[in-house]
Amino acid sequence: VAAYRTDEGQPWVLPVVKKVEQMIASDNSLNHEYLPILGLPEFRANASRIALGDDSPAIKENRIGSVQSLGGTGALRIGAEFLRRWYNGNNNTATPVYISTPSWENHNSVFVDAGFKDIRTYHYWDAAKRGLDLQGLLDDMEKAPEFSIFILHACAHNPTGTDPTPDQWKQIAAVMKRRFLFPFFDSAYQGFASGSLDKDAWAVRYFVSEGFELFCAQSFSKNFGLYNERVGNLTVVGKDADNVQRVLSQMEKIVRTTWSNPPSQGARIVAATLTSPQLFAEWYDNVKTMADRVLLMRSELRSRLESLGTPGTWNHITEQIGMFSFTGLNPKQVEYMIKEKHIYLMASGRINMCGLTTKNLDYVAKSIHEAVTKIQ
Amino acid sequence: SSWWSHVEMGPPDPILGVTEAFKRDTSSKKMNLGVGAYRDDNGKPYVLNCVRKAEAMIASKKMDKEYLPIGGLADFTRASAELALGENSEVFKSGRYVTVQGISGTGSLRIGANFLQRFFKSSRDVYLPKPSWGNHTPIFRDAGLQLQAYRYYDPKTCSLDFSGAMDDISKIPEKSIILLHACAHNPTGVDPRQEQWKELAATVKKRNLLVYFDMAYQGFASGDINRDAWAVRYFIEQGINIVLSQSYAKNMGLYGERAGAFMVICSDAEEAKRVESQLKILIRPMYSNPPLNGARIASIILNTPDLRKEWLVEVKGMADRIISMRTQLVSNLKKEGSSHNWQHITDQIGMFCFTGLKPEQVERLIKEFSIYMTKDGRISMAGVTSGNVGYLAHAIHQVTK
Repeated sequence: VAAYRTDEGQPWVLPVVKKVEQMIASDNSLNHEYLPILGLPEFRANASRIALGDDSPAIKENRIGSVQSLGGTGALRIGAEFLRRWYNGNNNTATPVYISTPSWENHNSVFVDAGFKDIRTYHYWDAAKRGLDLQGLLDDMEKAPEFSIFILHACAHNPTGTDPTPDQWKQIAAVMKRRFLFPFFDSAYQGFASGSLDKDAWAVRYFVSEGFELFCAQSFSKNFGLYNERVGNLTVVGKDADNVQRVLSQMEKIVRTTWSNPPSQGARIVAATLTSPQLFAEWYDNVKTMADRVLLMRSELRSRLESLGTPGTWNHITEQIGMFSFTGLNPKQVEYMIKEKHIYLMASGRINMCGLTTKNLDYVAKSIHEAVTKIQ
Repeated sequence: SSWWSHVEMGPPDPILGVTEAFKRDTSSKKMNLGVGAYRDDNGKPYVLNCVRKAEAMIASKKMDKEYLPIGGLADFTRASAELALGENSEVFKSGRYVTVQGISGTGSLRIGANFLQRFFKSSRDVYLPKPSWGNHTPIFRDAGLQLQAYRYYDPKTCSLDFSGAMDDISKIPEKSIILLHACAHNPTGVDPRQEQWKELAATVKKRNLLVYFDMAYQGFASGDINRDAWAVRYFIEQGINIVLSQSYAKNMGLYGERAGAFMVICSDAEEAKRVESQLKILIRPMYSNPPLNGARIASIILNTPDLRKEWLVEVKGMADRIISMRTQLVSNLKKEGSSHNWQHITDQIGMFCFTGLKPEQVERLIKEFSIYMTKDGRISMAGVTSGNVGYLAHAIHQVTK
């Protein structure tokens, strides 16, 4: 399950969220009226500000737009529908869309259902070296037709946990700029990955500073723990206000036939939190709590494996980031883990770090050790 | 240069334009009759007591925020189906239905439209009544279907053009899709009588049409949830396997919480399971899974006997206020000395009323009286109060005498 768990293995409602919900519940001046089609204004502006940074040149130059969406998925879908209708001509369903191998499995369906006919993959995970296949990625970008759309994970790549370094991002941006490739960022883990909002948004902000027009689909499911309230935001960065305004007016049409206007509850919680310095600080703290726990589990797992002398190298466990880790276990080893040790991971060897606790670390480490030594 | 240089500015929303102009107006007598949300007799939004109670119950429990299943909150979808069909429906005994939670009425309509586009191979044509809710057309179009129309509203009588409708419907190519408003037709307020529904059902069955019911006002139209669902239930009893979208925006006042549902009546439970799996495959790449808050409020209300009773009283209260405003408007028009026949105002039902006013008359109402409505003469009765109904009648009389 792709949700955070405490060290007791339980779901965690962020304390700041509980607090804000009580505030909302006791505020009798609030009602349930429709939000505007594009969403709650205070949510939209602040959500985009979180992604782009307080000092973003794009915000200063008034060339950003925001569409409140049903989670990150909803933001991706609205962006995809818009691109299919208006990018690279009118209704050009032939524009290639590139998705990393591997990626979140729903990415493909989002773009297919939005009408794109040519979904391709780009190299990403190097299984042999258990890291980023940068050369393969850059080669794919060099060979991609001009104007192709690339889905980029802003941070905490799902499912590999492997992100480009800043230097590697610079190389990626350079190729994309030269070849007129469109960056569509998926940012589902800002803050949740490293504990720092700025660090986790570095790539997006770099691309903005390089003058790209881009989309960024944001999810507040993980970093606010608001999974079932479906809080997301599509941030649009354009060349100027006029272009952005026209883009938003067309996105409005798309929203109107998809869900008319977005749900109110989650957006209110996020907006209230982001606009209050005190609540913002509390939220930041809660986010850091989650990120730190995951980081701790990573370092503890790695050190146990290294102490056990488990064959292979295990630095990728701590070099990877976010909720998921590609352990490097092969399908047979995974089967062993599931059948013999009752530890559930994906056939890809993907493990959810949130499932680790101080109580089960030893068991998991020993099990991985067994799987690697017994099964080849 | 920009990727978006060629992107056109989207046309302004006509109804939004009405509200914008209303906001700019400084007259103390101004009235916004474009509003599509219920207002109380003071012109204020109304949060139902049963909703507040349900919210208090939710706040007191320590519930987590885990993802809902793709198909939504089970307690909600089950209760929603029972509300529409009546709990004694044979459909429940056999289990030959599937209900998924949708993003209020629009989201539910869209899921259904996408589902039909993908799996209803007999036809690409959706027949809408003339006129229909403005958003129906773009929803079905964006889903990849084509729009056709059948006669419905008779502007001469401001009521149902039944013979025109029957004539058109009897000629619809077999196995096409026909959309029907279950109650409180939007925008006209004109509903068929039960005898007329029976004939419509017979014709629709004869033509083997796929019936898509849009029920956005159950309880809100007549004040009686069973009466408002009569057509839906009758069609099913006649062996017509309908698809249905429901909204809780108006009848529970849950507008911004986006609570709704989409239902498919199937041949049997096994078919329902297959349909459900395909609905989920459609939903996942749209928004993964639906929002909890509104569905949970609705579920608590529907499933808690005391709250359900209270809800039925409150929804009847809203319906009664609307009906009373219709009655008062007509009687005030008579008092003003109008010689026109305004019976359609009380014959029509639900939030909206097609007054029969012409564009020039609407223009005058806006300019001279600061009374705002859409050019088609549609008014939202929700914007009428005991405090302003006299003024409204006076103004209408002035522009029509």
